[in-house]
Amino acid sequence: MNASEARLQGLLIRGLDGEAPAYQAFLMEMSTHLRAYFRRRLARLPDEVEDLVQETLLAIHNKRHTYDTHQPLTAWVHAIAKYKLIDLLRRRAGRELLTDPIDDEADFFSTADSEAAEARRDLGKLLEQLPDRQRLPIVHTKLEGLSVTEAAQLTGMSESAIKVGVHRGMKALAALIRGAS
Amino acid sequence: MKTDDLVMLLATGEGRVERHAAARRYAAAIAVGVVAAGALMLGVLGVRPDLAEAMRMPMFWAKIGYVVALGAASLLALLRLSRPGARLDRVLPALAVPVLAMWALAAIVLLGAAPDLRAGLVLGETWAECPFLIAMLSVPMFVAALWAMRGLAPTRLPLAGAAAGLLSGSIGGLVYCLHCPEMEAPFIGTWYLLGMLIPAATGALLGRRVLRW
Repeated sequence: MNASEARLQGLLIRGLDGEAPAYQAFLMEMSTHLRAYFRRRLARLPDEVEDLVQETLLAIHNKRHTYDTHQPLTAWVHAIAKYKLIDLLRRRAGRELLTDPIDDEADFFSTADSEAAEARRDLGKLLEQLPDRQRLPIVHTKLEGLSVTEAAQLTGMSESAIKVGVHRGMKALAALIRGAS
Repeated sequence: MKTDDLVMLLATGEGRVERHAAARRYAAAIAVGVVAAGALMLGVLGVRPDLAEAMRMPMFWAKIGYVVALGAASLLALLRLSRPGARLDRVLPALAVPVLAMWALAAIVLLGAAPDLRAGLVLGETWAECPFLIAMLSVPMFVAALWAMRGLAPTRLPLAGAAAGLLSGSIGGLVYCLHCPEMEAPFIGTWYLLGMLIPAATGALLGRRVLRW
């Protein structure tokens, strides 16, 4: 395990324990590695890169409970990135668009790209399509930064309905992305 | 939305993530699958009348051991396939051992039998219905296993579907043991296996559509 992987794994594990700043740092750095990975492999579809970075970040978030802390982080992240890349290529023309081998996981954490392009698909607009019972919990707890209790008081929903709404809403958002592209 | 804003959105307001989600989901799925298959068997087929007597025979337990070993190996496969990047080593041998053991037993039985009795040992009395009844009993587990898997993150979808199907087939086969009158290894090595492979093949075909995320 190289130093960068060990540090990222530490951030993710603290994130899974509920430490938001560590989790944010993990995702932020992950976005640079994902961008580099996708950009090299999608040189013929440059416009897709940022959308795919976002879709994969959302997938990592929604599936983070499947990370086994004894497992190498590279293998887990690379498998998700590769899955999302193949899924995109299936939707598009096919694998001949690939410009770099897809199976190379060794260099995953040694490449990074922090120059984000504009995403073509606006997640904010997709968020507006969610039903209120999912949209409001996400808006209040994630965009406005309210606590679950405050969001529950504001909306008249129960605290568990807020938590379920966030959880289901993030999954619904991922499904909307798949449908929209 | 910019990617940095998305990261903020994802990281804000999240609590602790529960661990062992996979184990919990599969435990619930198996409980539902076994109970529903048992109810289906009791309602549609009934327990074999000589069950108490059959339970004193080693072959009854060999049959149970066979389906349980296959079920355990497919559960191992399922747990690995539900997790991105997990390796499948040791899964294939674990799947192969019970099959090969039953085939070895079948070969011994067939070689020791008079040639004109061999076909009967393979076909038994119920060869035409056995695979389909096992497949029928596997349906509740099949649905439950795919539900459990959809909450996790399989990345090799046809393989994941096949493993879910094989686990369902093993549960169906296990419950079918309580009804089925057949006790010969050549029969079990053929028709039980076929019965378990029906849901496995179905899972492989449906995997990409049902398990995509």
